[in-house]
Amino acid sequence: MSAALDQPAARPAAAARPLVRVRDLHVTFATRERTVHAVNGVDLDLAAGEVLCILGESGSGKSVTMRALMRLLPRFARISGAIEVAGRDVAAMNERELADFRGGEVAMIFQEPMTALDPVFTIGRQIAETVQRHEGASRQAAEARALELLELVQIPSAKRRLAAYPHELSGGLRQRAMIAVALACRPKLLLADEPTTALDATVQIQVLLLLRELQRELGMGVIFVTHDLGVAGEIADRVAVMYAGRVVEEGPVGALMAAPLHPYPQGLLGATVHPGMRGRRLTTIPGAPPLLDVVAPGCAFPPRCPHAEEACLAAVPAMRSPAPGRRARCLRVPDGDVS
Amino acid sequence: MDDLASAPDRGGPAQPLLTLTGLVKHFPLKGGLFGRTRAVVRAVDGVSFAVAKGETLGIVGESGCGKSTTARLLMRLIDPDAGSMIFNGEPVGESEQAGGIALRDYRRQVQMVFQDSYASLNPRLPIEESIAFGPRVHGLPAAEAVQRARELLAAVGLAPESFARRYPHELSGGQRQRVNIARALALRPRLVILDEPVSALDKSVEAQVLNLLVDLKEGFGLTYVFISHDLNVVQYISDRVLVMYLGEVVEMGPVEAIYDRAAHPYTRALLDSRPSMDPARRRTRPPLTGDPPNPVNPPSGCRFRTRCPSAEEVCAARKPRMAALGGGHVAACHMADPGSGHSRAGAALEAAA
Repeated sequence: MSAALDQPAARPAAAARPLVRVRDLHVTFATRERTVHAVNGVDLDLAAGEVLCILGESGSGKSVTMRALMRLLPRFARISGAIEVAGRDVAAMNERELADFRGGEVAMIFQEPMTALDPVFTIGRQIAETVQRHEGASRQAAEARALELLELVQIPSAKRRLAAYPHELSGGLRQRAMIAVALACRPKLLLADEPTTALDATVQIQVLLLLRELQRELGMGVIFVTHDLGVAGEIADRVAVMYAGRVVEEGPVGALMAAPLHPYPQGLLGATVHPGMRGRRLTTIPGAPPLLDVVAPGCAFPPRCPHAEEACLAAVPAMRSPAPGRRARCLRVPDGDVS
Repeated sequence: MDDLASAPDRGGPAQPLLTLTGLVKHFPLKGGLFGRTRAVVRAVDGVSFAVAKGETLGIVGESGCGKSTTARLLMRLIDPDAGSMIFNGEPVGESEQAGGIALRDYRRQVQMVFQDSYASLNPRLPIEESIAFGPRVHGLPAAEAVQRARELLAAVGLAPESFARRYPHELSGGQRQRVNIARALALRPRLVILDEPVSALDKSVEAQVLNLLVDLKEGFGLTYVFISHDLNVVQYISDRVLVMYLGEVVEMGPVEAIYDRAAHPYTRALLDSRPSMDPARRRTRPPLTGDPPNPVNPPSGCRFRTRCPSAEEVCAARKPRMAALGGGHVAACHMADPGSGHSRAGAALEAAA
């Protein structure tokens, strides 16, 4: 493991204000039948130009956390906590401000590009429309920009592809086209919700490398939600692992992947099939993630945790930091670095 | 065979359990005024391989390579356009007088587990009824069928007393996949086709199901065909691996040969495309550019040549033959075939040796 990657210095240091600052975020979905506590007190910081992966399994609250940043949750969702993006309070925005904010300062890409692209407009028109809407550019200028963007995302014969409809493109090209739409207004923050999960292996790595290159070139902050440890290893500067609506561990990608502190990411790493595990029995995390109908008063992991004690159930463990840049919510982690 | 015991073995361990020769399946694309065939999707285009008794054969490839169509052909959920299948020494689908095995008997001995655990269970039946359904259709008395279902639930790690009467929607994805596995075993099959069985599961649950599959194979003496896009999982579970590209087999061999000494450039690219969990070993350049081409109009000669870094004229002119690299390792690449006329012919052979 290279030491350079483990240094928090990789992020632009001394940025006075983080690009994203989330404090004590709670999201509950209440319907007549049941109430689901999807996010239960998440704190996140993202520096400008940094890539943070939120890693978690289905139901861990990773996508809900990300959507809250853009206020893309359904109306019946109850959201509390502070969300600041680029110094602005997202909760206080009115509809008009939100419409400017989405697609302008913050853009999002999704797993399934067909749901994000409009099937009845050409790729070129969709990009140009975004540029016209947010930057007030003329139609001509917007179309020129659309061509630049398709070249930026490395779509071959970009000029011809401007006139293509989404269904005429292959999966990988569609994903690139969606990235082009998202980058149309040079966002400061890109939110990516499993954008490579549905892609074939040889295409997935192309899109990951493209995203990393674009992020560096444009200096964007990126929050990348994934369930795949390998994807996080390819793209993240920092990783936040979520379980049952809370961040249980956070740290630089290299250090966290090499030696996780919390038993959940430890188990996850052991349960993920690596090359060279043939013939060995896989370690598993017994049981299944909890239903989120009630919030556990303590740590949510004890039913599956090999080290659980009574103290774990009493109260939610505070974040402990044994080393600079590393934090975990576990009573077994020593609290060395007081920061 | 009324008691639905496991079928007797023939031919001993040397005879493959299943042999496929020249299997072809094309899907016509209809359109236009009279629904004429406009084009043909060459989903599986001349696939031959054998599955040995007691082994796990992994099949890998990207979307459109024909791996799922191959699975459906193996199960005879669809009929092949050409080619033959021989199961345990008997031609599949031919009359018993001609020494064949009827489809009904074949399907009892070959069972399948699908990726979508919910869609493959009847939502209105308690899971023990779903598991007992097959044996009852095949003539086992109801009480015995339910008894067998409960034993199988226990075997897949779901306590029958608390799970037997539950409905599919009351289970988690991992539990439902266990039920599907139990159901596949209810007819005491010899061959189980697993089509992306863990792809929809969370990682922590995936490991549980993989361990279970290893245990069941041992306990029930099964043979697996394991289809997946996850190369790490296939490496973990398979004895032999088959790589498909655009409806054809491009490479096949023992798992170590494929993962350590891949001879086909596509196999190498596929392996190199795996994200590494070590951020210190990040790549800067993707192994391949572009998407897999459409199987409607596959390229002439070698189908991989349009994306291959080593393609030459001979690759467009002639389809490569399956070159043997020793130890059951074969690759359909002109570079692996010393007499092919490719400038690097034989290079792969040296690399593989």
